[in-house]
Amino acid sequence: MTDILQERERQVYRKSAEPFQIDCEKQSVAGSVSQRACVFCGSRVVLYPIADALHIVHGPIGCASYTWDIRGARSSGPQLHRLSFSTDLQEMDVIRGGEKKLFAALCELIDAHQPKAAFVYATCIAGIIGDDVNAICKQASEAKGIPVLPVHSEGFKGTKKDGYRAACEALFQLIGTASTEGTAATSVNILGDFNLAGEIWMIREYFERMGIQVVACITGDGRVDDIRRAHGAALNLVQCSGSMTYLAKSMKERWGTPFLRVSYFGIEDMAQALYGTARFFKDPEMMRRTQELVHEEIDKVMPQINAYRRDVQGKKAGIYVGGAFKAFSLVRALRLLDMKTVLVGSQTGSREDYEQLRELCDEGTIIVDDSNPLELAGFLQEKEVDLFIGGVKERPIAYKLGVGFCDHNHERKEALAGFAGMVNFAREVHSTVMSPVWQFTSRRRKEMAV
Amino acid sequence: MLLRHTTAEVAERTALTINPAKTCQPIGAMYAALGVHSCLPHSHGSQGCCSYHRSTLTRHYKEPVMAATSSFTEGASVFGGQANLLQAFETIFTVYNPEMVAVHTTCLSETIGDDISQIISKAKAEGKIPEGKHAIHANTPSYVGSHVTGFANMAKSLVTNFAEGTGEDKKQINLLPGWVEPPDMRELKCLAHRMGVDVVMFPDTSDVLDAPQTGKYELYPKGGATIAQIRSAGDSIGTIGLGHSASTRAASALEEKCEVANEMLELPIGLQATDRFIEAMRIMAGVKVPDVITDERGRLLDMIADMHQYVHGKRVALWGDPDQLVSLCDFLVCLDMKPVYIVTGTPSTRFEKRVRAVLGDSVPDAKIRKGAGADMFLMHQWIKQESVDLLIGNTYGKYIARDENIPFVRHGFPILDRIGHAYFPTVGYRGGMYLLEKILNAFMDRQDREGLEEKFELVM
Repeated sequence: MTDILQERERQVYRKSAEPFQIDCEKQSVAGSVSQRACVFCGSRVVLYPIADALHIVHGPIGCASYTWDIRGARSSGPQLHRLSFSTDLQEMDVIRGGEKKLFAALCELIDAHQPKAAFVYATCIAGIIGDDVNAICKQASEAKGIPVLPVHSEGFKGTKKDGYRAACEALFQLIGTASTEGTAATSVNILGDFNLAGEIWMIREYFERMGIQVVACITGDGRVDDIRRAHGAALNLVQCSGSMTYLAKSMKERWGTPFLRVSYFGIEDMAQALYGTARFFKDPEMMRRTQELVHEEIDKVMPQINAYRRDVQGKKAGIYVGGAFKAFSLVRALRLLDMKTVLVGSQTGSREDYEQLRELCDEGTIIVDDSNPLELAGFLQEKEVDLFIGGVKERPIAYKLGVGFCDHNHERKEALAGFAGMVNFAREVHSTVMSPVWQFTSRRRKEMAV
Repeated sequence: MLLRHTTAEVAERTALTINPAKTCQPIGAMYAALGVHSCLPHSHGSQGCCSYHRSTLTRHYKEPVMAATSSFTEGASVFGGQANLLQAFETIFTVYNPEMVAVHTTCLSETIGDDISQIISKAKAEGKIPEGKHAIHANTPSYVGSHVTGFANMAKSLVTNFAEGTGEDKKQINLLPGWVEPPDMRELKCLAHRMGVDVVMFPDTSDVLDAPQTGKYELYPKGGATIAQIRSAGDSIGTIGLGHSASTRAASALEEKCEVANEMLELPIGLQATDRFIEAMRIMAGVKVPDVITDERGRLLDMIADMHQYVHGKRVALWGDPDQLVSLCDFLVCLDMKPVYIVTGTPSTRFEKRVRAVLGDSVPDAKIRKGAGADMFLMHQWIKQESVDLLIGNTYGKYIARDENIPFVRHGFPILDRIGHAYFPTVGYRGGMYLLEKILNAFMDRQDREGLEEKFELVM
């Protein structure tokens, strides 16, 4: 069995008759090769898809460099979010403070690009040297007449989750600042989809076919003006619950907007999201349209999915993702392909997330919180996994072991959401699991010799 | 147009970097540390730094990149990171069991003023660093210099911590390769080997970040300079340091500490820079240049002669790191090409002088910019004012290449969208051939694709 660091033993659970216990939402042990990131990372990935806003990173150059257009969040219009703006703090700024530089940078950029709003990300250094980012934002906002919003994303202030919260706080300042005139009674905001590979366009189209107006996409293909009037929508649909539940709750408190948790990944979850929304509006006509839509879409995709399933059924999968919520949908989607999930983990899951995963998974499945490469490699070998689903740092580990891989994070190149996305997912899984390359790796050579 | 926001007029910016042509020190230190066998780099700061560096290196090499982090919390940022680093040593040697941990700092730990030497001493005293294992560090504040500075600082730290002069005269020379790719390091060793010169080369990331698929996941792949090799550098005949920005600090430290004389050269990219490198090895080691190498040089020269009509007079824009840029310009001039715009975000004082030296009087109006405000935004503005025929630089040039429809050869760090750099060298004569082929293909593919039908040529 895989060696586990003693301090981490309680962060790994193997599903069995044993009572369920898992430690999570802990700080990583110092010195571990954690796959986790920081507060800034959380804020940056959530806000960056807002395409007509200015995103300026206040700190030394690294934080801006590493997050320059790394997530394929697509925009149907402006591309301002794909540029990288930084105050590029130098030694003298660290000594004397970076406030003046930040103010000058904001003014120069707002004059040059006329953005609808500006987000200012405070990094570790901004926090440590005590720059008053709030005051500078206020000053710039008054001078330039657009919202300039501080994002308190100092890296050391917690985990990625705290960064999501800081992003939500910044968004919350925008919401409710414009008129809701023209908003339909049957209207929603889409929260927690980032339009990777154009996914939100597909989802939006489904809702429009149901007769629902989409007020704001937060944040995929996002626009400042839409977000400002988001409080007019009748319902918030929350995907990626880890990042956006806080915003949905704040909106509920402030404007009474109810919210539904949904996932657009996999046929079951996608259909569930649409039906749940239709039920909310209590409109039989809308429900009928929704049923039609779901049937039509499923009829379109099932023959293709079935073809892929014939080859991959019975194969074993491992999942390691950022937020645990994604993992639920993945387990179900893999089940549609008759694949078994034998390992599932996340960087930032909560106890409830893991309990739900336990219910979803079969006996013997390993459930893990905040893992590291060594552990993951051990689990993959122990469970003889055929497919690993994860993010950028996990991919080469799988390949070195001769295991197929599918990116379900920033680097997905094809839309995986929606009904059509399930076909793409099945194709990706099929292409990697069935690739001839694995025949030449020692693991499979051994298998074939037996 | 992805970069529709770029205007042609250059407005002087006072406080702002747009689309940087650099990144921060720690990632350079991490890359250098990976060039030591069985070494685990350690990032003393927030978790995000480590995660970003590992992700960027993984995207660049498509390889697993291991590094640990002190996982700073708010508490550590107030009270200092000593407790975190002590705990980290314990965790690392218990779980990951490397021969050595190479700690680099971050802007956060530098600003709160953690004294890493003192913490390492304390860890040793408390038995947190097991007998026979090592922990070293380099200070790499992100608000000074660039990623190249971080590499130089870690390379220097390897010297100050390990190199030792025992008085024995070892018939070997030290090779400080600078920040080049794993296949470059492999090529440098190969050239030395074919000349019959024993070299100690560090850092050496070959067989670490270009490890073969074996069906196994190796925490510490077989490559990397060993500590014993680095130690012996103090007894070598001399040191050849390649790339002033990345290698001068380590070379000077070796001279100071062990009285090993050094010769600093530009990176051996292209014909003349490789000539100078081969010549320096020949003299320092007292060997003859074998026919295989002379023939290889001849083949590169032959290739240039065969194809010179296709490249002469072409205007080139380059960005990246100082050492690469100087040598690339040298090669381009030898190909009768015109490096007209040259940008590095790294604040290197002698950069412009070095570039002008290789340009000679071939491109008197070349625009050269370094440090603050020298970024891809400025480069794009120059290009909008007067376009170029070719772009050479890291992946971040692809926006300009697409918007302005300019052929683009990727070179430098990071390259996030192609794989050649991780497998084929650009140093040495063979590297020159690879580079020239890439440049020619960029021009010729475009001509075939976009040229007028009546001008379409079968034979080129």
